Amino acid sequence: MLETTRLDAARLTASFGVPDRNHPVPVSVDSSRLIYNALKESGVRLMSALPETWLVHLIRMAEDDPEMALVRLAKEEEGVGISAGAHLAGTRSAMLMQNHGFLAAVNGIVSCAQLYRIPLVMLISHRGEFGERDPWQTEGGGVTEHVLQALRIPFAYLDEPSHVAHRIRKAQTLAYSANKPVALLLCRDLMWEEAT
Amino acid sequence: MLRLDALNAVYDRLEHRVVITIMGAVAAELQAIGHRPNFFYLQHAMGLASSMGLGVALTRPELSVVVFDGDGSILMNLGGLTTLARYRPRNLVHVVFDNESLLSVGGFPTATSTGSDIAGMAKAAGIPRTATVTSLEDFVAAFDAALAAQELTTIVAKVDAKGPAGFVTDLALLENRFEFQRWLRNAAAAAAPSHSQS
Repeated sequence: MLETTRLDAARLTASFGVPDRNHPVPVSVDSSRLIYNALKESGVRLMSALPETWLVHLIRMAEDDPEMALVRLAKEEEGVGISAGAHLAGTRSAMLMQNHGFLAAVNGIVSCAQLYRIPLVMLISHRGEFGERDPWQTEGGGVTEHVLQALRIPFAYLDEPSHVAHRIRKAQTLAYSANKPVALLLCRDLMWEEAT
Repeated sequence: MLRLDALNAVYDRLEHRVVITIMGAVAAELQAIGHRPNFFYLQHAMGLASSMGLGVALTRPELSVVVFDGDGSILMNLGGLTTLARYRPRNLVHVVFDNESLLSVGGFPTATSTGSDIAGMAKAAGIPRTATVTSLEDFVAAFDAALAAQELTTIVAKVDAKGPAGFVTDLALLENRFEFQRWLRNAAAAAAPSHSQS
């Protein structure tokens, strides 16, 4: 177990802007809470994120939690470096990103996290699956698992509330025992509540 | 100014600080001067040394963090300047050695050779203290001032496009990584210097 160092999370997240809460989207608050609580209970104290629709509640939960440092990124690859620094300094972290963000982070994953054996817990919203209505999301959905497999990154799907907590726990256990990146794919059936 | 002379000039300030460098000449030259367990060399993942420094600085505010970056690397992660500026850790000094070229792959010129201004971009990104220095004397003065200021600073040090004969060193990447992690784990808050001490 790594020692968790103190974080001035309140200082980090205060006054950095509040997302618009007046335009609700049918993203599941309950599932987001399940995911968030599982990450928190597994010792995560820093989350890096680049917002996308399915992640809005998770990001707001991190923002509202004085014990969590939320680092908003310009591009997902930065999050690999930030998580690597946090890990070596003794803090558990998680990365929130869309699958297109994962694709944008591949070199950092390979030549920082894999080269230097850094555990990364990546929560990737799996856009472009069956049910996807946004044409621009459809290409990334079809390649995400193939790229994960090509990179030999173990992954599991989060598509049903009952397995969220233990899959997150197990994913993190493997990340830290193997010192390697792992991925959890956040699926439409878990994240999206709009009738299809 | 030679980068090797700049590193030598501030080497004694680095003894108790967290130091993260990019790959290539910076890593090889700092190791040639003398490796320490608190030095980490990111021997790839160009652009992410500053992000790693941010990760350490945010999670260990009691430690002083110095990143030795380069023009080729930071040009790959200009967005990272906005993230540094957004969280502006007071315990991070970001040095960019700007030789206006990708030295280790043959010296091809980077965009700083045609006028792109890294300190200007850092300032525009919101980094509170920025400077460009061209002499060794000015570099040392800017570095010491940055440590004393306890405010996020990016110093662009214009250096000659000259480096060591080779870039591979005796220090294995993973040896460096686990030693560095152990040093950070053992760096008790009480024993660590405040950022302002040199």
